[in-house]
Amino acid sequence: MKLDEFFVTGEPLIYGGMVAIVLVTSAIIFLLTYFKKWKWLWREWLTTVDHKKIGIMYILSALAMLFRGGMDALMMRTQLAVPDLNFLSAQHYDEIFTTHGTVMIIFMAMPFLIGLMNIVVPLQIGARDFAFPFVNALSFWSFFFGALLFNVSFVIGGSPDAGWTSYTPLSGAALSPGPGQNFYLMGLQLAGIGTLATGINLMVTILKMRAPGMKMFKMPIFTWSSLITCFIIIFAFPILTVALALLTIDRIFGSQFFTLTGEGLPMMWANLFWMWGHPEVYIVVLPAFGIFSEVIATFAHKRIFGYSAMVWSIIIIAGLSFLVWVHHFFTMGAGAFVNSVFSVSTMLIAVPTGVKIFNWLGTLHKSKIEFSTAMLWALSFIPSFVIGGVTGVMLGMAAADYQFHNSYFLVAHFHYVLIAGTVFACFAGLTYWYPKMFGHKLNERLGKWSFWLFLIGFHVCFLPQYFIGLDGMPRRIFHIGPEWFTLNFLSTIGAFGMGIGFAIFVYNIYYSFRYSKRETTGDAWGGRTLEWATPTPVPPYNFATLPEVNNIDAFMEMKEKGETTFDEKKLQPIHMPSNSGKPFIMMAILFFASFALVFEWITLAAIGLAGGLIMMIIRSFDYDEGYHFSVNEIKQIEQSRRGLDHE
Amino acid sequence: MEHKTKRIPVKHIIGFILSLALTIVAAWAALGSDLPKGWVITGIMVLAVIQAAIQLFMFMHMTESASGNGHIPWNMMFHGFVIVAIVVAGSLFTMSYGFGHHHNDSPAHQQQHGEHMHD
Repeated sequence: MKLDEFFVTGEPLIYGGMVAIVLVTSAIIFLLTYFKKWKWLWREWLTTVDHKKIGIMYILSALAMLFRGGMDALMMRTQLAVPDLNFLSAQHYDEIFTTHGTVMIIFMAMPFLIGLMNIVVPLQIGARDFAFPFVNALSFWSFFFGALLFNVSFVIGGSPDAGWTSYTPLSGAALSPGPGQNFYLMGLQLAGIGTLATGINLMVTILKMRAPGMKMFKMPIFTWSSLITCFIIIFAFPILTVALALLTIDRIFGSQFFTLTGEGLPMMWANLFWMWGHPEVYIVVLPAFGIFSEVIATFAHKRIFGYSAMVWSIIIIAGLSFLVWVHHFFTMGAGAFVNSVFSVSTMLIAVPTGVKIFNWLGTLHKSKIEFSTAMLWALSFIPSFVIGGVTGVMLGMAAADYQFHNSYFLVAHFHYVLIAGTVFACFAGLTYWYPKMFGHKLNERLGKWSFWLFLIGFHVCFLPQYFIGLDGMPRRIFHIGPEWFTLNFLSTIGAFGMGIGFAIFVYNIYYSFRYSKRETTGDAWGGRTLEWATPTPVPPYNFATLPEVNNIDAFMEMKEKGETTFDEKKLQPIHMPSNSGKPFIMMAILFFASFALVFEWITLAAIGLAGGLIMMIIRSFDYDEGYHFSVNEIKQIEQSRRGLDHE
Repeated sequence: MEHKTKRIPVKHIIGFILSLALTIVAAWAALGSDLPKGWVITGIMVLAVIQAAIQLFMFMHMTESASGNGHIPWNMMFHGFVIVAIVVAGSLFTMSYGFGHHHNDSPAHQQQHGEHMHD
């Protein structure tokens, strides 16, 4: 293979990307070496099994991916701003809308939410860590290397260009030769291992490791939504795993599951993809609902309204999410009866979702609302998401869908639900739990600036797209006609507004690190649930002693009774898991194997796979029993973090 | 504090080797054997059932007395079966319903249908 087949050539924007990658990588290596931080990086982060640190790494990676996906979006919007612009070539445009979709769903939304779950769920239920801390580290590194594999495609080998849905036969070997599509398959496969493992890990954690007295129907709503999300992950992700594997075998080893020849069934890919893909939508939106519930209850200073209705509607949404997948391809032509069945099941989902909307409104009703930044994100979510939801019901009607299908109406709809739902929740959740993670709040003034710019930018960007769609503009075209100019131009302005909003959000992280007041108590907002009962920064073992929980708002009750999670009489040594470099090494080896398979270097891929197996065998015979915090150590840590040692 | 004695997990190793062997046999049946198609499909399905049993008994703690006296997670197994039923029956429903009549129709009928599609 020649070097110019290995690297992507001929695109000035991509050359710019290469230079940026080399510069940033060298800068990081230089800084780590100059400040002698390599050992620190390895000891404190790369080998950690602490759920809080893993959560922070998830969120940092997700923010980087949000930047990458956002840059893709801005390039697309620039190309579409003016009729017949040639800012991007057709091929480059196809690659960018493919990576935008894949990155945003798989490598931004999910890791961001899983990162928040990582940090918050064990703290909310009074657990000392995940049930399987080693597996948790493994999950993170599998996601990280999966994302890395997918992202190098734009400079090495060429990006996938068949859309984030990667429909066959277009994405098959006959119509998409070369490594591009393989990057998609292997990147998702590698990251999928981690997602599935996290689903199992978190489910066991929630089912088995709750504080004494915390029955299922006393769990905080965010924990509930995480638990249900885990169910969906465990049942939906295997379908994706199988579909990806079949397509990989098709492309690399010449089988004919999804080909046009040899009795292949190309539409079976769409069927399997959406059997995973629809539940996936709920994997990224249910935790968002959970975050909004926590934020709204805290800043309305009220217990969440209709707790059990909230929980049951989450469960019903999760169940229905497995029964609606065909609404993504009504136009496949399966027939009126099939379409009608799925049309009805789709519209049913609006019912439990509506229940939740009224629950949030009920919580706000006659409450004293505190307009913090996190609360603003949550409040603006409600009307924005309703617009997305109502247009979703329109799309759900099979007959009408023949008009809307693959138009910008659809694009506007799913951005309305995914951004107003998931992205707003990520910002709300990060702002809300930030003091618990880093010991200081994000600056409220800058936070509000970024909120308003992002919110207004979002509506200016996507509301016009409903109308361009109704005017007949299809998605995934790279030249617009002159009749669509005005609304498209408006939409592009909105997109840049969102970009500035995000930039301010990131600047706020730096600004707050420098100037924000440090937290002295663990309870930054007057919180209601157990995560706020821990001191800040949270000690490695989270809870020195566990409270007895009798109430949904466990921490409110503790505050009334004057209890803390540091009851000196009940102190006992705490068993902790040891750090391990194995997850990082194992996933680095599998990254190498996947990279080789992308280029169809079978021998190298087999060697890499064998390396992965050897790592598993080594792990199987690993008898590390961990270590203990003694009572004295716990006393010292708690007294210094609670400010008790100055008395 | 309990100290477990270091021992080799015999059951897991046997299960691992068995599951690998079953996979190889299935791959051989499909790629290397000269058996009739019907036999291959039946054979693979039988192997799959054995494979599932091995997973459940060797790895999934189905009969482990330490975790609550041979605790069988009926609840989760029920959900698993429901999902499998949705995937299989749902795929057959979507993929074959409304398509079947194309193949057996007379040429004239197909012609008519084709015109109808372009209306």
